[in-house]
Amino acid sequence: MSETASERISTEAVIKAARLSRLDLTPAEVARMTSQLAGMLEHFADIDALDLSAVEPMTRPYPLSNVFRQDVVVQGLDRDEVLANAPAAEEGRFRVPPIVGLDG
Amino acid sequence: MFRQSLDWTVEMTTIPSTAAAIADAVRSGVLKATDVLEAHLERIAEREGEIHAFNLVTTDEARAAASRIDADVAAGRDPGVLAGVPIAIKDNMCTRGIATTCSSKILEGWRPPYDATVVQRLAAAGAVTIGKTNLDEFAMGSSTENSAFGVTYNPRDITRVSGGSSGGSAAAVAAGFSPISIGSDTGGSIRQPAALCGVVGVKPTYGTVSRYGLVAFASSLDQVGPFSTDVRDSALVLEAISGHDPMDSTSIPQGPLSLQGVLSQGVEGLRVGRITDMPGGADPDVTERLEAAFDALQAAGAIMVDVQMPSMKYGLTAYYLIAPAEASSNLARYDGVRYGMRVNAPDTNAMYSATRSAGFGDEVKRRIMLGTYALSAGYYDAYYGKALKVRRLISEDFDRAYTKADVLLTPTSPIVAFPVGAKSDDPLAMYLCDVYTIPTNLAGHPAMSVPFGTGAFGLPVGVQIMAPTLGEQTMFRVAASLERSMIASGGG
Repeated sequence: MSETASERISTEAVIKAARLSRLDLTPAEVARMTSQLAGMLEHFADIDALDLSAVEPMTRPYPLSNVFRQDVVVQGLDRDEVLANAPAAEEGRFRVPPIVGLDG
Repeated sequence: MFRQSLDWTVEMTTIPSTAAAIADAVRSGVLKATDVLEAHLERIAEREGEIHAFNLVTTDEARAAASRIDADVAAGRDPGVLAGVPIAIKDNMCTRGIATTCSSKILEGWRPPYDATVVQRLAAAGAVTIGKTNLDEFAMGSSTENSAFGVTYNPRDITRVSGGSSGGSAAAVAAGFSPISIGSDTGGSIRQPAALCGVVGVKPTYGTVSRYGLVAFASSLDQVGPFSTDVRDSALVLEAISGHDPMDSTSIPQGPLSLQGVLSQGVEGLRVGRITDMPGGADPDVTERLEAAFDALQAAGAIMVDVQMPSMKYGLTAYYLIAPAEASSNLARYDGVRYGMRVNAPDTNAMYSATRSAGFGDEVKRRIMLGTYALSAGYYDAYYGKALKVRRLISEDFDRAYTKADVLLTPTSPIVAFPVGAKSDDPLAMYLCDVYTIPTNLAGHPAMSVPFGTGAFGLPVGVQIMAPTLGEQTMFRVAASLERSMIASGGG
């Protein structure tokens, strides 16, 4: 589980990432993606040599926390205008295909 | 230098080339906003065919807006500090009822139900939006070649790229389509195309301009900013669009920036830092212009100091792990349910995958994959976790450097505008275009590119001025000084 950046990415890992990303890739796309990601990860291995054990991760540039607003009702987006953008809508809601998969 | 003389004549009235001069003339009734607009629409009609700066020119809406400005002036009402100034908006910022595509097929047909805060503020200041500019899909790229709607060509040489991702916005200003445009900068997407097209481009401090209505790419890095032909116009626009917005929880709780007043202050006694261990790779014609900029500032009374940024060279790695990681999460929303296109399938999971596979282009897929991988179980610590720590190291490098220097100077881009197609097949070579711009995004600091002469093939070179958090005033003093030295040397 502690693979380092210098080890190249496997085809299986690319296929798994595609599934997690909800992307269908053709076998040719998987092959190209594997080679391109491997090239990038090889370049990114430059940080492997750094001793980062005592460094705190930095998630955001400007320290703001607990940003609240008054708990009052404000005008939201117009529902019809929002639903007019949906590929399918019905009775004031987004319409989607069945959620339970037909494949099992 | 590449400040074109864009003054031209319409029905006996000269239209000035800068936003400041246009707004003055419109406010005082010397010029009509409608005449200003028509002159720019004419310019677009002449050259847009070969440049392709726009995804959409909003002629009707612009004419209506310009007429309202003229009516205001006629009625004695002040339309605002940008009265009648035509402005082009990068097509990843929401415009109510007007298509916003992010140059992606996946947002086909989407008309946002609200305006981005920056769009609202520009309109409130009297600006006239003339269109939505082309970009690399979802702002991912450095050349505006990754657009679903085609390449934006560089107005200085139409065989070359305009830079990216805000290439359309940079090209619009460079071609005289509008004196001002708005872009977004996640890793250099305002500054690099500004440099390649020979215009001014500013990425302000993270949190000074609201991101509300900016379609998210990498939320901890994205920031909105202006393009202009001169330094003052960028100052003017930033004053109008900056300041706290309750709709953006990362917005810094303070008023708008105040910049125009400092432009004449000069740089006497300011400490200008040279990064002695800056990552290499810049072409000699580019570094020559950087040296000329140091000389010009020294001649104007600034003090040169050497600083070290030992972690700067790791910026590219940190950025290309953090930005794709955030993007993979942000772009999960394009699933064919609420907006944009849908590819029908028997169940929702199949519909998500079919829609995303058909809707996203190659570079966007690559970044989503890279980000998903960097965040996935077993790899999080090795990639994303490490990248966040390197981000801290780079930020600490800047903190130390800014105890010795007030601003730091680097090239904006390591190279001048490259030919269309030159880097299309090598993603990593494209990423290296951002080596000097990325570190400030990681730290959240302001930085800007000012045109400073020409390099190879007579193409524009930009010098990047970086400053610490909320150091915009100092940054603009240095930019104005460099601009004055170019004008004095006959380059303006």
